[in-house]
Amino acid sequence: MRLLSVVGKRFSRNRLSVIGAVTVLLLLIISILAPFIAPYDPTATDVRHTLSPPSKTHPLGTDELGRDLLSRIIYGSRVSLKVGFVAVGIAIMTGVIIGSISGFYGGVIDAVLMRFVDMMLAFPTFFLILAVISILEQNIFTIMVVIGLTNWMDVARLVRAEFLSLKEKDFVSAARAVGVSDVRLIFRHILPNALSPVFVAATFGVAGAILIESGLSFLGLGVQPPEPSWGNILTAGKDNIEVAWWLSLYPGLAILVTVLSYNLVGEGLRDALDPRLWEAERH
Amino acid sequence: MLSYITKRLFLMVPLLFGITLITFTVIHLAPGSPVEVQTEMSLKASAQARENLKKLYGLDKPLHIQYFDWLRRFVRLDFGRSFVDGRKVIDKIIERIPITLTINILSLILIFSVALPIGIISATRQYSLFDKLSTVFVFIGFSTPAFWLALLLMILFGINMGLLPISGIQSIDVSEMGPFERLWDWIKHLILPVGVSAFGGVAGLSRYSRSSMLEVIRQDYIRTAMAKGLTEPEVVFKHAFRNALMPIVTILGLSVPGLIGGGVIFETIFAIPGMGQLFYSSTMARDYPTIMGILVIGAVLTLFGNLIADISYAFVDPRVRVSKK
Repeated sequence: MRLLSVVGKRFSRNRLSVIGAVTVLLLLIISILAPFIAPYDPTATDVRHTLSPPSKTHPLGTDELGRDLLSRIIYGSRVSLKVGFVAVGIAIMTGVIIGSISGFYGGVIDAVLMRFVDMMLAFPTFFLILAVISILEQNIFTIMVVIGLTNWMDVARLVRAEFLSLKEKDFVSAARAVGVSDVRLIFRHILPNALSPVFVAATFGVAGAILIESGLSFLGLGVQPPEPSWGNILTAGKDNIEVAWWLSLYPGLAILVTVLSYNLVGEGLRDALDPRLWEAERH
Repeated sequence: MLSYITKRLFLMVPLLFGITLITFTVIHLAPGSPVEVQTEMSLKASAQARENLKKLYGLDKPLHIQYFDWLRRFVRLDFGRSFVDGRKVIDKIIERIPITLTINILSLILIFSVALPIGIISATRQYSLFDKLSTVFVFIGFSTPAFWLALLLMILFGINMGLLPISGIQSIDVSEMGPFERLWDWIKHLILPVGVSAFGGVAGLSRYSRSSMLEVIRQDYIRTAMAKGLTEPEVVFKHAFRNALMPIVTILGLSVPGLIGGGVIFETIFAIPGMGQLFYSSTMARDYPTIMGILVIGAVLTLFGNLIADISYAFVDPRVRVSKK
């Protein structure tokens, strides 16, 4: 508990990170309460008001089918956050499992798993994602899984490095001496001590996943219309680029603000969780 | 040094093997056999194309034999023929390389010439207004979707101001132009794509060179240099910058695969006929031979890029050279 309060205090000292955290929280609330906040049904078309610029009735304007842009952006936040969290969840789970096994057992198992990581890293990530998605059915679940399974390698390396140093510690030898099983040793004893870099990676990971999803949806390979996602609204922006600047400006702004907030929180967490900086402070 | 390179090259063999194995698996992920999927997806698939496919994949043979057959073709850069137009995949790829390479080299030059000064100034004036502003810029740079930036710049410079063309790499009437006009036309078409593709890189490299520089400035030999009365520019450029440059050199090696790969999204937006766009259109057409060809070439280039990065690092840093003998 004391540790948590130290981390909290250190985090709150970084003003930008606090702003980021507040924004992240606001975005969560907005996406949960979307049906109550959005002024219109995000899929309701209105043929008399297509591509109308921002006005009092439609604060951010309407798209090519007369749908309210503000409502679509509000609902789009649900897609981004869902993809961000689930994809990162998959990436973290995969990375933690592979990294722990690799670091804990070492030897041949470690060598094989780490070469596998090298191979995965050799593929241009976005190309690999596109290739796999082109084969599978294009929907939000495919996207989450594919983004998750192509972004776990850094986590695996981080966790492995933590395990390599932690497994030599006395508390591990002690646990081993009283006959704790490997699985329990890995997950109950060592892993909890190896998690702080994982938290940081997860926060940056959400930002990255949101960017990738928006790119895929923009290319028409992600979330399919009429369900709104920030990426596929931008496709409409591109198609109507000569007449409707608002369709390009606002969804991208939403992506920028969201991704920026997660990056700021990640940066704050990294500094707050870095024990080397704690030492420096004490002197 | 030579033995180090040989060792690294040797270590690459199992990696290459694994890469082809992953790619092969991805092909077989496709529901049904590639032949069925293809003939189902495209009415254009002729009996000839179907035969080509069966020949390429050797679908009648057992799986491990299929893999080795396929591997043997890949080694000879025979990626088969495209589903879309029946042309050789390797020809389709080679004709796309020059334009992508041009844009990426130009953007790499832009990245280094903008980011290094930013990084150096931020580091030597840590916590100054400039440093704070550039930090803000870095975070925004990391968080901006490149394709959105492209759209905004197209609206601003292309549509509102009418200064720059927003798609393609040459105007329709290019054949009527003189050589200088033609060059200017080409430059105008490249400004936005190069700028957009450099944007994220500038943010990343300026951050990287800042921290590299900060690390070096804290060293004793910098204090010594200052103490013996050298001017600040002398210390910064002769003593600090050279040493800070070492880790940055590796970035160059790591960007090799990106040079050919190109950005799928911004090439699509700007309608640039490069590798990214070829990959995208192949994805949309489910042109598996082309997809796999680009994927494997990209992965192999990444491996070589890593190797070049490590070698160049050993080259500029004598400590690495000695320890790796």
